[in-house]
Amino acid sequence: MDKPGIHSGRLTSEEYRKNFSDIKPAYGTHEATIEASRCLFCEAAPCITACPTDINIPSFINRIATDNIEGAAHTILESNILGGSCARICPTEILCEQACVRNKEPECVPVNIGRLQRFAVDNREGTSHPFSRNDTTGKSVAVVGAGPAGLACAHALARKGHDVDLFDAREKHGGLNEYGIAAYKLVEDYAQKEVKFVLEIGGITQKFGSKLGTDIQLDDLRNQYDAVFLGLGLGDSNKLGIENESMDGVSDAISAIAELRQTSDLGSLNIGQKVVVIGAGNTAIDIACQMKRLGAEEVTLVYRRGNEQMSATEHEQKFALENGVRILTWMKPVALETRSSNNQSKDQKSHVTGITLERTHLDDNNRLKGLGEYKTLEADTVFKAIGQSFLEGCFSGSQPPTLIKGRIQTESGFKTTLNNVWAGGDCIEGDEDLAVQAVEHGKQAAQSIDCFFQSTPLQNASLQNASLQSRSLKSGSLKSHAPEKKERDTHHG
Amino acid sequence: MADLTSNFLGIRSPNPFWLASAPPTDKAVNVYRAFEAGWGGVVWKTLGEDPAPVNVSSRYSAHRDIHGNVMGINNIELITDRPLAVNLAEIKQIKIDWPDRALIVSLMVPCEEESWKRILRQVEDTGCDGVELNFGCPHGMPERGMGAAVGQVPEYIEMVTRWCKENTKLPVIVKLTPNITNVVIPATAALSGGADAVSLINTINSITGVDLDNMVGYPSVGGKATSGGYCGSAVKPIALNMVAQIGRNQQTSTIPISAIGGIGNWKDAAEFISLGAGNVQVCTAAMLNGFKIVEDMIDGLSRWMDSKGYRTLDEFKGAALPNQTDWKYLDLNYKTIASIDQDACIQCGRCFAACEDTSHQAISMTPLSKNDMAETTLKVGIERQFDVIDEECVGCNLCQIVCPVDQCITMVEQKTDKPYQNWTQHPNNPMREC
Ligand SMILES: Cc1cc2nc3c(=O)[nH]c(=O)nc-3n(C[C@H](O)[C@H](O)[C@H](O)COP(=O)(O)OP(=O)(O)OC[C@H]3O[C@@H](n4cnc5c(N)ncnc54)[C@H](O)[C@@H]3O)c2cc1C
Ligand SMILES: Cc1cc2nc3c(=O)[nH]c(=O)nc-3n(C[C@H](O)[C@H](O)[C@H](O)COP(=O)(O)O)c2cc1C
Ligand code: SF4
Repeated sequence: MDKPGIHSGRLTSEEYRKNFSDIKPAYGTHEATIEASRCLFCEAAPCITACPTDINIPSFINRIATDNIEGAAHTILESNILGGSCARICPTEILCEQACVRNKEPECVPVNIGRLQRFAVDNREGTSHPFSRNDTTGKSVAVVGAGPAGLACAHALARKGHDVDLFDAREKHGGLNEYGIAAYKLVEDYAQKEVKFVLEIGGITQKFGSKLGTDIQLDDLRNQYDAVFLGLGLGDSNKLGIENESMDGVSDAISAIAELRQTSDLGSLNIGQKVVVIGAGNTAIDIACQMKRLGAEEVTLVYRRGNEQMSATEHEQKFALENGVRILTWMKPVALETRSSNNQSKDQKSHVTGITLERTHLDDNNRLKGLGEYKTLEADTVFKAIGQSFLEGCFSGSQPPTLIKGRIQTESGFKTTLNNVWAGGDCIEGDEDLAVQAVEHGKQAAQSIDCFFQSTPLQNASLQNASLQSRSLKSGSLKSHAPEKKERDTHHG
Repeated sequence: MADLTSNFLGIRSPNPFWLASAPPTDKAVNVYRAFEAGWGGVVWKTLGEDPAPVNVSSRYSAHRDIHGNVMGINNIELITDRPLAVNLAEIKQIKIDWPDRALIVSLMVPCEEESWKRILRQVEDTGCDGVELNFGCPHGMPERGMGAAVGQVPEYIEMVTRWCKENTKLPVIVKLTPNITNVVIPATAALSGGADAVSLINTINSITGVDLDNMVGYPSVGGKATSGGYCGSAVKPIALNMVAQIGRNQQTSTIPISAIGGIGNWKDAAEFISLGAGNVQVCTAAMLNGFKIVEDMIDGLSRWMDSKGYRTLDEFKGAALPNQTDWKYLDLNYKTIASIDQDACIQCGRCFAACEDTSHQAISMTPLSKNDMAETTLKVGIERQFDVIDEECVGCNLCQIVCPVDQCITMVEQKTDKPYQNWTQHPNNPMREC
């Protein structure tokens, strides 16, 4: 088999350790106190509005400054039970920190809210769970998908006293925190630790290897439980739509990241010499940087439009360049190349050796057009990171909720069109695909489910507004500053 | 170039910056380094009678702001704990080695004339330029009938000062304690006793904090604490006030003042001098930063004087005193209101919180958003504008104080077209004079 330059053990163990250690290391107490003292304790602070989960940021920072770490952690977790992982993975530069008024000072240095949040959650003094469960209500909820959305929903429901069965197709809970986030953002087994922490509330039963549509059916769940929450994420990776996509050496970035995150020995991974990544979202950036950090010699990210249209934030693009990733824009893949060698037996699958790209531009009608100008890049590995879509297969055989633009449609309180089914996170249409958004959806859906049980209309009118706000105003405000989400399909691809 | 030469009671020093009697002036090695760094003079660490007192371990503690900066420290040290003869020999040698610098010796002995007589003779022998009577030490010494125990009883101040004046030709400076209600009273007593000058303030009785794990105040000496003397930048406002009180009082206005208390830079020094001080003494700032801070004190003061056209210290000495008056003479018709520079504003809303919650509801907060995001003002958007409601503003300055941006909020004087009118003339005053 012709597999030029693909092998394991490219780096020393020290190099792996260094390359995959925390990119935003934890603050010590002194650093945290000094940083906390930079917070201006704003009135109706803009950072709170900018946080999708409405964490009372000045309040928790003030508590850090006064050495009330437990209180700080409580303030965070009250709004966002996954505050620990969000502190590490949130693109704070387009969320809370972007709204920090200190950006308006000439120095333009916002308070490092993310790292302070992590400090507070990591340094809780208490060993017991910060919240306690209400008396059991006898109501039961099936939460399907144990990613950020499902976990947040399950926790909030359990807290109210409802019994939750938490299903997931995988053998570990945590969703993309466990399988998808860049390894240097969420190091070691933090995702599992956090799942364990969330479950400490009690009343949540974990069910592994239960795939909706295969092992369990939506119709059955709706009958067996008083309510169902779907936090299914996006299961399917988009295809390039060119020939020989299943050729050896060509794979999907999400699976590669999952493999990387699950291995106990990074040195055992086979890494190519010349890697090409197709895509322009954070997934593309993540796979490219992780390949570079695993020792790939050349990593090129190819995108069919320009830098401004990339859904990866400016911060992420800069990070990729700092990691030595080359970014090629206005190029689209048209063919995968393979060297036909004589001694290759017929049944052996051929391995990719290159990728041919065509230069693109926008025509007068603003449509992307190939220019007929081609260029072939040598490549022994090609990753597809052009977005994910929702897998509808999970509803086969059951009455499905209405979908919109390929994702589940929800109304206020994150209710689907089915009478006892709610949904949130990446699998619904409407918000940014971010862990922190998923947490907010799960949290609000739980409140809505609770109201449903009590047969009270969403008593908290602000909840409805909040959910609307989280959709239109907040993402509106995001968009005005963050690179526009031009193409939904490439957001994480 | 301004002339910084100081002539205090005929004691000349190249600049008005002296080190106050304290650890920085405790030994020859310190004082040599101080003079090398440029300090104009020192007041030697207070001498007493042998046997020397004994100090405890764990002596200082700090009061910090939220950024961790030291605002003030307190201490529970006593006067020098070295034998008298050692100190006297070092003082004598230093005066020979540094003849152009001021060298004052601080003294504290029991309240008996014989004791004062004896030590004054020994001190005169060193060739020093003057003595400072330490009537201020708030801890340790009062228990022995010295320090603040004397400084808090005007009759004792007068008596001891008189003994000293009768027993030495050296200029006598009386150092006052701030741990009294009205500083003019001890100052008057010192004057009656014949003091050549007063110096103030000594440290303020204090507890900087409590260790909540061990339930003991700071600094803890093996689990027990005692009140200490507070000093450093936090005490400056108190010291300034006391200096001004002495300067404004008819009886004491002529007495020369060596100002002490929270002086950390040239501006602090200039402020004390503008309120009537003849020179200044520094302790904590040197302890926290080392002797090199004097370089900028000298340089800064000199450049500022040049910029103002003051050639000598005397030219601005006491210049701010005439503008220090009693509240009842302030113009009730003077009006100023806050003005926010929208370009400089970073929209933190601190002024809004301050005025809305605790002052006069004179600042409005308006959310700005294309989406016109909020009808209610509470859940506001990311962009908002803060405006002063002129009619409501009373001109208290609070918003300006809490604003983190320099020059963003200014207090603008308003034309009222009303004549000067003070409280003594105001119709609301039942005891009005006219
Ligand atoms: C590579 C990558 C990097 C990312 N980086 C960041 C980042 O740095 N910061 C950030 O905020 N966001 C990031 N995101 C986005 C973030 O991970 C998601 O927005 C978030 O995880 C969504 O949470 P969720 O609960 O909706 O879905 P998921 O986390 O995807 O969880 C869905 C869960 O449902 C399970 N499931 C799916 N189908 C079924 C089924 N049929 N039956 C049973 N269970 C099922 C899955 O196994 C999974 O556990 C990234 C995403 C990707 C792909
Ligand atoms: C540790 C320490 C010891 C002191 N010892 C004396 C002393 O022996 N005699 C004295 O007159 N004042 C003593 N003082 C008071 C200082 O001389 C000075 O009056 C006071 O600290 C205020 O000035 P500052 O704010 O510049 O420190 C001492 C102060 C400190 C901090
Ligand atoms: S000066 Fe006082 S009253 Fe006027 S706006 Fe500022 S805080 Fe309010």
